[in-house]
Amino acid sequence: MDFLNAHLLSLILFFPTLAALVMLFLPSKRVGLLRWYAFLVSLVPLALSILLWFQFDPSREGFQFEERYIWYAALHSSLHLGVDGLSLTMVLLTTLLTPLAILASFSITDRVKAYMILFLLLETGMLGVFLALDLLIFFVFWEVGLVPMYFLINQWGSANRDYASLKFMIYTMGGSLGLLLSIQLLGVLFQTYDLPELYKAWNALTEGTLLGMSVSTVKTIAFWAFVIAFAIKVPVWPFHTWLPDAHTEAPTAGSMILAGVLLKLGAYGFLRLVLPLYPLEARMYAGALALLATAAIVFGAFGSYAQNDFKRLVAYSSVNHMGFVVLGIAAAALAAGTADARIALNGAILQMFNHGLSAAGMFFLVGVIYERTHTRNLNELGGLFPLVPVYGGILIFTSMASLGLPGLNGFVSEFLVVRGAYPVLTSYTAISMLGLLFTGAYILKAIRQVLHGPLNEHWAHGEHRLTEMTPREIVVMAPLMALILLIGVWPSWILKVINEAVMRLF
Amino acid sequence: MLLAILPELLLLVLALLLFIVEPFWKGERPRSGWVTFYGLLLIMIVSLIFGTPRASQEAFGGMIRFDWFAFLFKMLFLFGAALTALFFMDHPLLSKRGEAYLLLLAATLGMCLMASASDLVMLYLAIETTSIPLYVLAGFFLNEQDSTEAGFKYLFFGALTSAVMLYGLSLLFGLAGTTALAALGEKFASGQLSLQVAWGILALVTVGLAFKVSVAPFHFWAPDVYQGAPTAVTGFLSTASKAAGFAVLLRLFLMAFPSAQIPWPLLLAILAALTMTIGNLLALPQTNLKRLLAYSSIAHAGYILIGVVAATELGMTSVIFYLIVYLLTNLAAFGILMALGKVLGSDEVTAYNGLSRRSPWLALAMLVAFLSLAGMPPFGGFVAKVFVFAAGVEAGYIWLVFVGVLNSIVGLYYYLNVMKYVYLYRMPGEEEKKHPIQLSQATAWGLGVLILGVILLGTVFAPWFAFSSQAAQAMFLP
Amino acid sequence: MQFPFLSVIVFTPLVAALIILMLPARRKDLVRSVALAAATLDLILSAWVYLTYLLQGLDGYQFVEQYSWLPTLGISLHFGVDGMSTPLILLTGIVMFTGVLISWGEERNGVSAGIQDRPREFFAFLFILASGVFGVFASLDLFMLFFFYEIAVFPMYLLIVIWGWVVTREYAAMKLTLYLFVGSVISLVGALAMVWTAYQNTGVLSFDLLHLEQAGFSAEFQRLWFLPVFLGFAVLGGIWPFHNWSPDGHVAAPTAVSMFHAGVLMKLGAFAALRVGIMLMPQGAKEWSWLILGLATVNVVYGAFIAFVQTDFKYVIGFSSVSHMGLVMMGFATLSREGLLGAGLQMFSHGVMTALFFAVVGMVYDRAHTRHIPDLGGFAKVMPYPAIGFIIGGLVSMGMPGFSGFIAEFPIFMGVWKTQWLIAVIAAVSIVVTASYILIIVRRVFFGEASEVLLHHHVGDVTPLDKLAIVTLCAFMVGLGLFPGLMAPMVGRGVDYILHLLGGA
Repeated sequence: MDFLNAHLLSLILFFPTLAALVMLFLPSKRVGLLRWYAFLVSLVPLALSILLWFQFDPSREGFQFEERYIWYAALHSSLHLGVDGLSLTMVLLTTLLTPLAILASFSITDRVKAYMILFLLLETGMLGVFLALDLLIFFVFWEVGLVPMYFLINQWGSANRDYASLKFMIYTMGGSLGLLLSIQLLGVLFQTYDLPELYKAWNALTEGTLLGMSVSTVKTIAFWAFVIAFAIKVPVWPFHTWLPDAHTEAPTAGSMILAGVLLKLGAYGFLRLVLPLYPLEARMYAGALALLATAAIVFGAFGSYAQNDFKRLVAYSSVNHMGFVVLGIAAAALAAGTADARIALNGAILQMFNHGLSAAGMFFLVGVIYERTHTRNLNELGGLFPLVPVYGGILIFTSMASLGLPGLNGFVSEFLVVRGAYPVLTSYTAISMLGLLFTGAYILKAIRQVLHGPLNEHWAHGEHRLTEMTPREIVVMAPLMALILLIGVWPSWILKVINEAVMRLF
Repeated sequence: MLLAILPELLLLVLALLLFIVEPFWKGERPRSGWVTFYGLLLIMIVSLIFGTPRASQEAFGGMIRFDWFAFLFKMLFLFGAALTALFFMDHPLLSKRGEAYLLLLAATLGMCLMASASDLVMLYLAIETTSIPLYVLAGFFLNEQDSTEAGFKYLFFGALTSAVMLYGLSLLFGLAGTTALAALGEKFASGQLSLQVAWGILALVTVGLAFKVSVAPFHFWAPDVYQGAPTAVTGFLSTASKAAGFAVLLRLFLMAFPSAQIPWPLLLAILAALTMTIGNLLALPQTNLKRLLAYSSIAHAGYILIGVVAATELGMTSVIFYLIVYLLTNLAAFGILMALGKVLGSDEVTAYNGLSRRSPWLALAMLVAFLSLAGMPPFGGFVAKVFVFAAGVEAGYIWLVFVGVLNSIVGLYYYLNVMKYVYLYRMPGEEEKKHPIQLSQATAWGLGVLILGVILLGTVFAPWFAFSSQAAQAMFLP
Repeated sequence: MQFPFLSVIVFTPLVAALIILMLPARRKDLVRSVALAAATLDLILSAWVYLTYLLQGLDGYQFVEQYSWLPTLGISLHFGVDGMSTPLILLTGIVMFTGVLISWGEERNGVSAGIQDRPREFFAFLFILASGVFGVFASLDLFMLFFFYEIAVFPMYLLIVIWGWVVTREYAAMKLTLYLFVGSVISLVGALAMVWTAYQNTGVLSFDLLHLEQAGFSAEFQRLWFLPVFLGFAVLGGIWPFHNWSPDGHVAAPTAVSMFHAGVLMKLGAFAALRVGIMLMPQGAKEWSWLILGLATVNVVYGAFIAFVQTDFKYVIGFSSVSHMGLVMMGFATLSREGLLGAGLQMFSHGVMTALFFAVVGMVYDRAHTRHIPDLGGFAKVMPYPAIGFIIGGLVSMGMPGFSGFIAEFPIFMGVWKTQWLIAVIAAVSIVVTASYILIIVRRVFFGEASEVLLHHHVGDVTPLDKLAIVTLCAFMVGLGLFPGLMAPMVGRGVDYILHLLGGA
């Protein structure tokens, strides 16, 4: 047990990779074995992170379960892991969604082994970002996660996958370029990449000149380099154009993870790096960030409403929802230290978690219908509710969570964000509320087009007859729905952890 | 005292022996060749055992210097002549004619005297002793127009430049009143002779020597003579004869014209640059390998001159070392050309197409020889060039070294180009398998020894360098 | 007395070359087996040297052997490796081993992979080359360094001209050889000047590098001679604007030779430029570092863009090498701890990566008979190993964290930040460009529509030996990427020594 406690984080982090290595030696013909193996091993990190959740003491200061191993001594970078309430939530989300995504991928028949290996590697990549307390390690995992995702989209995606995957990769890599350069600058300045140390050192540096410019100019440039990298990932308008393509073309499970976890990486970057490292700059430019967030909310909603492609519609909804996260962050940056800021941050972090649940669910449901009909065109669907009542029910439930219906999780987090942001960023928040209106519009549009209206006879008879959700698919959705409801009615179990972290961090 | 001319005496004995017994063997297997070869080897061994100089000393009233410098060169000439004798045997015409070996021995005798001469009279006599047999050898094939032309050209220009040099030497004697080189040097050094006179004499003497070692602008005879003469003779001409020329050059310039008073190094530097450049540039467009090697040997004279220009001990050492390497490498190159020319019936480079498939070993030998000429390790050429350049840099002639360096790039181009024919191109009809190449035993042994030598010189160069260094020191000791 | 590891490593290929030449030409498999045995021996020995250096945490020059060669001129056969050269010894071992593996090839179904024409001569020349390369990395004597350097250059001509790509081989081989020779002889003049000046300064005539390091060359001397010496070697490192030979040479060369060439020989240039240029004339290096930095930046950015627009598979890789070697030069030019460390690592990383690239290109070309990217496609299905290998190489090449490329490039950029931040920003552009072209190639060649070639020829999978080669190369890239501690500390100590020569800068 001591060993487990001392190495819990590295176990969670590297177990998927080890499992993937073992998988290399499994026979690629035995598809069933491969699927179940992948699923079962992905449950291990989940179990470990639940253990972590209960072992975690929210009231303690600083990072917990810290581990530190020599990695790149020459650059003074070490594999430094640790969690606080913020990262703990994200770890839980990641380890939860991965088994579900793998379960959802049981319908994959082409090159199952490679697919599952990539998925497990992807999990390590994402977890690494959340667990890293070393800037260089953070960047390593930040980039590494791209690779499996790129290949998942590129190899198992739909028709336009080449374009979408390349765009995804180049956007993100291009976006990280500034981040990379800024990280190098920090490393050169302080000869360390350890985050807690950097927080202190970088903030202590306020005067003088660097590289022939004043410190504040350098800091501003570095700030924007960080912001752009994360804004692309979140994504914030106008850096979002990769997202609809990538989400739409990715295989179902890929979209689940992409929306559920990868987008959170960007938001996490804001919270873990931008706010602590650049409090002043963040406050100075919070307005601009809020403007972009509002634009994301409004345009995301509009964009979503305009889609006839079911998956694209859901994809744009992510832009819309993640806008609230950024809005909360902007508000917190502007009003740092006040109660409003904390409320907004609580909302933002919870929204990250919630969006992870609902977006993953929505993408899965789109996948379910697509696998049966081989179309995502809303105009070709319609009136399906009588054919597939269980599916219909689940779809409506999940959509409502996404819409922000009180009693479900989306409401709690969006309310908190708006509550926190309103006193600080009144006009932006007001406009965002209007955006929320359109959120309702596009979700209802989707439900109407899929479930209600005149039945498309094509799906009612013969070989195209639509079949109900299988038990496996219901199993995928069940935990998501349970959490959606749980957070909706009793959010305090998770908010407690988040709030403690927010109190200490900001 | 006779020890000083031990090799010369033995050569004479050998020549006489051959002269007597040769008529009895006419028309049979090339016994004269073997006799010459083994005889030369024996002379080398005997000289090495009994004839090594202990300290530099003068003999025969100052006519001859008996020192390491002379000794080393003599061994070199004997070695060159021995291998040339091997190559002679491969040629139907040369092998059956005992005169060829006699002439070879006579020329070698002359060269040995050239290396040890320390008096103007002796010097001139030695040069002529060497030249006359060579004129004959170059034109040895009377029925072949090329050969006859080569012989005549060589004779004509040789006689002309020799006369010019003789004029210079006689002026020197007339002004200085002595023919001993050492005495001449002292007179120049002490200012008894005016320097303007020295320049005039220097110019005349240089003409003669430049011709011997084919330095531009007195190089023009070389390509025609080299191409026309029998290949085995060309090999001897371009190596031993050139080495002998350099031996005289070194001895004369260092002993008789002190460079402190007479800045002849600058004159030679200009000649060196000119020679290298002309040789290499003219070699570029050649398609006849013998002609190509002729130009290349002009270029090599230029490289060697860099060492002479340095006029230091290292410079002399590097020159001697370079000459050893050059003698082995070029002999090998011409040996291969001769062996192949007999089979292929042509010296054109296109005739060499597909050679590596017809005879991998010969191709490899050719590769070694040509790369050594190009100055690539692990062959002697590389080390020799580095030493010469090092001497140049040491003496401060960096511009000259740069000229040399750039020239060696040009050289690399045409040497490698030849290898392309050997290794890449195919015979018409790709029928290499049906046309294997047979080598005579003598040639094979000769080439083997030379190639091995080239590699040895390029890898374990310390002992050879030590010999060269000892020889060079002899020049600087009183 | 210690077992003479280095001389055995250096001379094993040479001896093997001689043995191979003695074998009958018809017994092709025997020739190959001997070659493979020699290569394996060298790989094991170099790995041993590497591991010993690493695990014992050695510092400075180790495995030193010194045999007096020409005492009069102070030339000795002096071998020894430090933190900078040990990884390169290992690299050469790896490339030699894998190069032999992929040259083995096969001949069936109209596929003529590997070297089928005159393998005896091929391996002999290749091994002479390898000997030269090992020699340069191990030499602590300036004369011997040049000696081995030239040995590494001339077999290249023959290897390319005889076994190269029919269309351009004659042109490319000659161009390459002349470029490299020009560079090296110019450096040679500089080196001779150094030796004589050192003689004047210290009164000891010696070609020994350790002696020359302490020779105390005047600032003016260094200013004058640094550039010729450094650039002369850097020609082989592919520095702009003298990089022109390299893409042509890479493309024309047969696969194993391209691997050697881009993988090891370009490192030879960079390494010699470091050891003779920077380490012997630190003052001059400081004086001229701005110029080197500028040239290297052009290398990095321009190389990446040119690679991007190529349509010939092999040219893409050729230009990418130019771009990546620019990073090495850039690291040198920073003269900082991070930059030099990165450059040291990049030499190894790029060597392995580019060897892999060329191996894969060769495998595809041998079976598809074309390298025109639009004509290729769908190869991942028939040859999964090369596809995965290429992807991993691609990730290394775009500096993806978790792979050796990142480990190397990151410190280089840090070094550049220290000297001239603007350059870091400009050079960073190349990362995205590289990512683009690598991804595009992966997509077009290995995935995507099955090409005409695939449909009409019976394209088969690569041989098991090819697979072994790919796996070996990939293992090093991933291993170093995940555990930089396997190499960085060693290189770091090498760098410390260089910094000490630079006056603790």
